[in-house]
Amino acid sequence: MTTPLPDTVDIALLRDRASFIRTETVRLIEIAKVGHYSSVFSAAEIFAALYYDVMRIDPKNPQWPDRDRFLMGKGHAAVGLYPVLADLGYYPATALDDYAHLGSAFGDHPDMTKIPGIDFSSGSIGHALSNGAGMALAGRMAGRDFSVFVMVGDGEMQEGQVWEAALSAAHHRLDRLVAIVDRNGYQLDGAVDDVVGVEPLADKWRAFGWRVVEVDGHDVAAVRDTLAAVRDRVADGVPTCVIARTSKGKGVSYMETEPGWHLGYLDPEDARRATEEIEGGRA
Amino acid sequence: MSMSTLQPGSWQYRALNALNPGLDALSLGLDDLVAAGEPVVAGTADLTYSNGLIEFQRRHPDRFVQFGISEQHMVSAAAGMATTGLTPFVATFASFLALLCCEQIRMDVAYTKQRVRLVGHHTGISLGFYGTSHHATEDISTMRAIAGLTVVSPADGAQLRAAIRASASWPEPIYFRISRGRDPQVYSDDVGFEFGRGIEHARGADVTIVACGTLVHPALEAAERLHAEGLSVGVVDMPTVKPLDEELIRSLAGRTGVIITAEEHNILGGLGSAVAEVLAESPGGARLVRHGIRDEFSLIAAPTRLYAHYRLDADGLVAVVREVLS
Repeated sequence: MTTPLPDTVDIALLRDRASFIRTETVRLIEIAKVGHYSSVFSAAEIFAALYYDVMRIDPKNPQWPDRDRFLMGKGHAAVGLYPVLADLGYYPATALDDYAHLGSAFGDHPDMTKIPGIDFSSGSIGHALSNGAGMALAGRMAGRDFSVFVMVGDGEMQEGQVWEAALSAAHHRLDRLVAIVDRNGYQLDGAVDDVVGVEPLADKWRAFGWRVVEVDGHDVAAVRDTLAAVRDRVADGVPTCVIARTSKGKGVSYMETEPGWHLGYLDPEDARRATEEIEGGRA
Repeated sequence: MSMSTLQPGSWQYRALNALNPGLDALSLGLDDLVAAGEPVVAGTADLTYSNGLIEFQRRHPDRFVQFGISEQHMVSAAAGMATTGLTPFVATFASFLALLCCEQIRMDVAYTKQRVRLVGHHTGISLGFYGTSHHATEDISTMRAIAGLTVVSPADGAQLRAAIRASASWPEPIYFRISRGRDPQVYSDDVGFEFGRGIEHARGADVTIVACGTLVHPALEAAERLHAEGLSVGVVDMPTVKPLDEELIRSLAGRTGVIITAEEHNILGGLGSAVAEVLAESPGGARLVRHGIRDEFSLIAAPTRLYAHYRLDADGLVAVVREVLS
């Protein structure tokens, strides 16, 4: 296998990359003048752990058949993934300079036909777990052992298709399929539990035949260890759901306390303050 | 066209001698692809008996996935499978596939340009008394509006099988619109298929019927009967509704009195609309009559009763042509 990093990386590096994901997100959204800051901030440690440590990938060969896959049901957090893929060498970092401009490959949602390293396009909430289940099925048919990580939002749990996929994956014993629920508690119209409650979430996934692991989604060492253990476990026919308890807007104080930041824009002065705060929190 | 109707090798002869060719052809076409080394897999949503995929499942259990009554999941999963190099064929009733799963088809299959083959079966009003939930008279319209999605409506099982074989070299995702497998056979078993190409069975100076799917056979029969009355009625089978054979439509416009489109579908958005779009943008134009379901939810009855009621059988087409020419 060819990866740009050693098998086990320094936790300090993962923390640093999580901060990098946040500051780059602030920079890119500055270009578009609107974006999902806080949806990225809740997921930054998960992106960092997956891409800088856990996943078996080769940025020089984005179509490597045996690579692990990553899909985003919450595709609106793609702005946080683009800098990671550039950083790893899938494309030059300058490719992001036209983010959201006319004809750009890089928009609010990821496009697999235009961006190397994107394993599946998304944007319509609720499809990704099915897409990932299809990949896991195909992987088994082909005798390949890659894992498929699908990040889903907690608001996404309200989509019926998620539960079709959950039922199907357990029935078909897709143990290479991993759902990662970014349980940040908020969606566009407010708190998930006020909009349409999804708890008891762990019980629901267990009842659908999945193994459930819960983790503090901002403890990057715990996230890394959890996801690595899931990836490397012995095949037993049971898909895994990792529920990552996260905080929407993590890293920027006024976003953590104001849930209305699901979609928004920081004026340049606020963006500067946010970046300072993120960098100040860097380990 | 020959007026002697029962020559071996004629479409009339095949129609009388075929039993239930339509849906067996789906599994047989998939067998052909397997034999050719194509990486095909098949899936369905609790309808293996209705679509005949039970036969494919028996022969190739390692290439078959049962998705249960989860049509949207099936389409999205098929797209995921296709990213690994497989070519999934997923089949369910057209009313569910093209309408319930429309957004999954748009986002996961067409937008991503995956080699997924969507097979909507029991199209139109062929599910008779099962009613509107099971009728599909909007599927051409919805599928045709999705960028990059090819729409094919074969006339019979032989053409379906040929189209499946030909699909091996077709890069775009495809929506196959097939009926319930009881369609009279129009083509011989060795017929070929070319995407985007209409088939002109007969030239007509007075009228040309441009039909797809289940309307091809009645159009041929109607043309024969009208020919006996001295009318010159042409028949074009237009199995690929998208991309449409625009050249053939423009060519017809210059050499036939009236074009009548015939389809087991709402006249809004289907083959008739596709032909109208070409004619409206062509110099000269032509008189066009769109025949099909006239923007209503169909009544229920046995299918043959419905075809008679909506004038989608040969008797009906004869009457439509006479009306148009009167």
